[in-house]
Amino acid sequence: MTPSEIRVGVDIGGTFTDVALAHPGGLATGKVMTSHARPEQAIIDGILGAARDAGVDPGAIRQVIHGTTLVTNALIERRGARTAFITTEGFRDVIEMRSENRFEQYDLNIVLPKPLVPRQDRFTLDERMGPNGEVLRPLDPAEVAAMVARVLDGGFEAVAIGLIHAYANDAHERAMAKALREAAPELAISISSVISPQMRELPRFNTVIANAYVQPQVSDYLGRLVSRLRDVGVTAPVYLLHSGGGLISVDTAVEQPVRLLESGPAGGAIFAADYARAHGLDQVLSFDMGGTTAKICLIEDGTPKTANTFEVARTYRFKKGSGMTVSTPVVEMVEIGAGGGSIASIDSMGRLRVGPRSAGSEPGPACYGRGGTEPTVTDANLLLGRLDPENFAGGSIRLHPDRAEAAAKALEMTADAAGFGITELVDENMANAARVHAVENGRDIEHFTMIAFGGGAPLHACRLCEKLGIDELLIPPGAGVGSAIGFLKAPFSFEATRGLFQRLDAFDAEAVTTALAEMEAEAHDFVDDGARGLERTTRLTAQMRYSGQGWEIPVILPHRRLGPDDVPMIHALFEEAYRTLFGRTIDGLPVEITNWLLTVSTVLPPVTPAVRHAAGEAAPALRTRQFLDAAERRIVDAPEVLRSELTPGRMVEGPAIVVEFETCTIVTSGYRVIGQGDGSLRLIRKEARP
Amino acid sequence: MTPTATIDFQIMWNRLIAVVEEQATTLIRTAFSTSVREAGDLSAGLFDRQGRMMAQAVTGTPGHVNAMAESVTHFAARIGPQDTFEGDVFITNDPWLGTGHLHDITVVTPVFRNGVHIGYFACTAHVVDIGGRGFGPDGREVYEEGLLIPITKFAVRGQVQPLLIEMVRANVRTPDQTVGDMYSLAACNKTGERRLLSMMDEFHIDTLGDLSDFIIETSRKATRAAIATVPAGSYGNTMQVDGYDTPVHMEVRLVVEGDRLTADFAGTSGMSKFGVNCPEVYTRAYACYALKCAIAPEVPNNTGSLEPFEITAPEGSILAARRPAPVSVRHVMGHLVPDVVLGALDKAMPGVVPAEGASALWNIQISARPTDPASGLPDREILMFNSGGTGARPAHDGLSATAFPSGVSTMSVEATEHVGPITVWRKDLREGSGGTGAQRGGLGQTIEIEAREGYDFYFNAMFDRVRHPARGREGGGDGAPGRVELADGTELRSKGRQLVRNGQRLRLSLPGGGGHGDPRKRSLEAIAEDIAAGFITAEAARTQYGDDD
Repeated sequence: MTPSEIRVGVDIGGTFTDVALAHPGGLATGKVMTSHARPEQAIIDGILGAARDAGVDPGAIRQVIHGTTLVTNALIERRGARTAFITTEGFRDVIEMRSENRFEQYDLNIVLPKPLVPRQDRFTLDERMGPNGEVLRPLDPAEVAAMVARVLDGGFEAVAIGLIHAYANDAHERAMAKALREAAPELAISISSVISPQMRELPRFNTVIANAYVQPQVSDYLGRLVSRLRDVGVTAPVYLLHSGGGLISVDTAVEQPVRLLESGPAGGAIFAADYARAHGLDQVLSFDMGGTTAKICLIEDGTPKTANTFEVARTYRFKKGSGMTVSTPVVEMVEIGAGGGSIASIDSMGRLRVGPRSAGSEPGPACYGRGGTEPTVTDANLLLGRLDPENFAGGSIRLHPDRAEAAAKALEMTADAAGFGITELVDENMANAARVHAVENGRDIEHFTMIAFGGGAPLHACRLCEKLGIDELLIPPGAGVGSAIGFLKAPFSFEATRGLFQRLDAFDAEAVTTALAEMEAEAHDFVDDGARGLERTTRLTAQMRYSGQGWEIPVILPHRRLGPDDVPMIHALFEEAYRTLFGRTIDGLPVEITNWLLTVSTVLPPVTPAVRHAAGEAAPALRTRQFLDAAERRIVDAPEVLRSELTPGRMVEGPAIVVEFETCTIVTSGYRVIGQGDGSLRLIRKEARP
Repeated sequence: MTPTATIDFQIMWNRLIAVVEEQATTLIRTAFSTSVREAGDLSAGLFDRQGRMMAQAVTGTPGHVNAMAESVTHFAARIGPQDTFEGDVFITNDPWLGTGHLHDITVVTPVFRNGVHIGYFACTAHVVDIGGRGFGPDGREVYEEGLLIPITKFAVRGQVQPLLIEMVRANVRTPDQTVGDMYSLAACNKTGERRLLSMMDEFHIDTLGDLSDFIIETSRKATRAAIATVPAGSYGNTMQVDGYDTPVHMEVRLVVEGDRLTADFAGTSGMSKFGVNCPEVYTRAYACYALKCAIAPEVPNNTGSLEPFEITAPEGSILAARRPAPVSVRHVMGHLVPDVVLGALDKAMPGVVPAEGASALWNIQISARPTDPASGLPDREILMFNSGGTGARPAHDGLSATAFPSGVSTMSVEATEHVGPITVWRKDLREGSGGTGAQRGGLGQTIEIEAREGYDFYFNAMFDRVRHPARGREGGGDGAPGRVELADGTELRSKGRQLVRNGQRLRLSLPGGGGHGDPRKRSLEAIAEDIAAGFITAEAARTQYGDDD
């Protein structure tokens, strides 16, 4: 990858498909409406449009990088393949029994999500591995043959195989898969020891089933996409952004489509991480607010925080526990039902609530005048003077303050009180989620810098910083297509995982070395698919805990051959990580490792450091507008400044409103805003701690 | 009150709920005992200066609902304002003043602002060990169940009391973990305090009184309004459960008059000789939880939303045990309280509450011991949480293998097999165990466990609904009763410690939930789905559901 190469990133979202094309002359971006029936059409239109704007020949494009919500949507809408699941006798119902608890404590009528594979399509083999990979009950070849017949008779489109302790010994899974493949080479088969070889049957089974379930569809779609691109002269290889924030080839994506979950939002986090590195910021909270949801991610040392489990397809909006947990590497994001379209209502106690219900883009907020009658966050921003009715979304939508006011009446309060209450509550919801996420990671949010993007973020980010005690906020340019730009900044990477249980007091260095070597070879293989010959880094993470605890914490270990002498070093690194998270360590308890994660990724080119400014001469104001400053609880007179006037080093003292084509940034009375060398806006608290 | 002031109060109320959730999260992540981590056996809350609860985290255990609300009042009464200093931390694990057994330690921290005492943070967690006989029903008096810490100060003006720490260390099997958890409890209150004070800065307030009035009055009004929708009258219900050594008769009478609701357990069996007795506070918690779920689920827990439910049990009954009764495993009876209460409520408001369910958890405490003591193999302890089926709801089937009223999660079998030398050969749904009905009861589950090479194991049975199944409602059938046996069919006892030798396999068949409504009214589609899934047989569809297709 060299800077002179022409590369294009495409992010398919629910409403728009965003395109960002990097070329020697700069960056061309564009948005086209997503076509749900034929998503590849929007990609073609978007790429050709951006190429035209940039004046480049589509044939000169060297890489197409794609992120898609196809996998997530297939799981939410249950539109996957008819899948059979083969498991160990006695464990047929793992995916139906789930964690045996209720995600809503006070609701007598909750309905649990149905498993992706109904019980009649879940078959068992009378075999069993032990926790250390020992065979407790051998696999009977006759039973395998009978199972093949059963699956073929059933007319299934895909098969998932998940056996107990297969992460410790995959022999039975492989034997079953081999027999199926020989009998039906066309059948899509996924096995848990390949897709997610980690201890814990529920997430492993969910993951392998999800993979099989979406595989035929993903394979079709990507096949169609590649050939349609060829048809219009784009012959460049296509790569996909995986949920862990790196690129993989089309072949890998077809083999392990479950890795594409959350691939779009991960692009946003990479976008923010790139700005964090350019600005030399070690601790960043990225904040992405759109029409229906807001997403929050911690970025430390220029790298978005990742996790290896993730809950997908929640059946009760945003309710933890109402979806299915899959174990696949993922950029860890907290998503809450807070966006411009979030609807305000009054509950049985007369309390104002905002979200998680959303008016979406149809009918949209009441002020759009498209039939929406319920008050939303966008309506509230309009009532408070934070949005200009004549100049919303570049003037493409005329807003109707009278409709917003009429909608607010339903809440039985004045327009001002409604506007104030709705925006404060939505900001409060987002601030609370950010605070809890930081606490869960043993971090103090006050030391973070916020990087905000997405259509709604600039309106809310400054108030959010006030609530969180954050002193500095960065709003990069091009924030409307952040994910697509992020795709262009992603490394090629692959994370291999392995469940290999080790107590440190009985550490088997040889077994660990063997496993890590296999994982490394596997990860390099996948990276070779897109980035042969490029320089790489390897990161090794062990998931560790005190014996008897139920949760592990990730501990980064040096990537080298580990010997028996390394045990004290591993122990010390665990204690250091434990202390960071929980403030103390415990003497006398044995320590153990459950799962191992090894990531190989290409080295990112060094970023060009942004020229940063903390003060400067005042930028000229267009006019004065009024808005309600929530912290001060009063209407303030605020100069309205064009973003283009905030050239590097120019400054405006809050309260102020910075307007641009698609959105506007609210600068509250407590902050000032300064233009930066890279076109970002930097907001700094006037009374920042030294 | 101006609209803005009302909105500010609402925002602060929201914030306080987030603050106590954060307090609870901090505790879950730092606590040692499995039941805190996996089962959410903890609570956290904020109280005003008069000891009125303003906010409480929603955690996995309804058993703490009222217990938490009442506990701070006891502290405030015992340690008067003249003895409450900045930097103090109070503590107790008295079952009758805290949350019902010695394993739960409650820590209360008075909060000061500008030198003025404004309120308290409180939290409770189940610790790994508290000495005595260990966690189990075998003590005959509370004295045998471990160390009782009376209401006292853990820290005075910031100084931790060394004698208390030494006393605890000397009396428990896991001194580092138990004392560590005491520090965790104090630290999580500190987290709450920091957040509260910064909120008070932001909103420019110096006391909690007005906010507390607002929260409590709003909640009380909403709860009373909800109670007023329940038809007035007197509604009784009885239920027989297995009990420990002899069957237990539970009896309740609900009286609804306008916006008042009382529940009394007069007529309930007397105390057990074993540690399944509930202090009254624990009974109140589960009864109140059940009533709240059915009547006013939306109102957050605080003094205003709990007080309208007036719940009493006769002193000396198994649901209001007198000192010094043993109470260690009071949850076994406590988990059954919602079923008897909801059964009475059903008579007032039919079509709202579920049928009876398995309700009491089937937790298995396994002690793996080497068959040959000379083999040098280490002893291992393994704990598994497992749930039977819940009762069918008027509009939905019951939930299979799901905890109610408890909020416990199960653990991964693969993880469990790394903890100790056992093989779990089976953990799947128990076909045919859901009570028949227009809405079917949730299925129980079947679990088979065998010791691995070189080991036997003991298990401590505390299983209910073996002799008295969950009853159906409105014509729905009973759930299947539980069964405890060896895989060869040898019956075992459902209560007490028993040995399973190497080569033998323990089989537990967990109870199903009761059905709701006439099975003949079940939709043909639902019956067909149940047959396809194997939840019922085609034969059962004909005989029990009258399905001739």
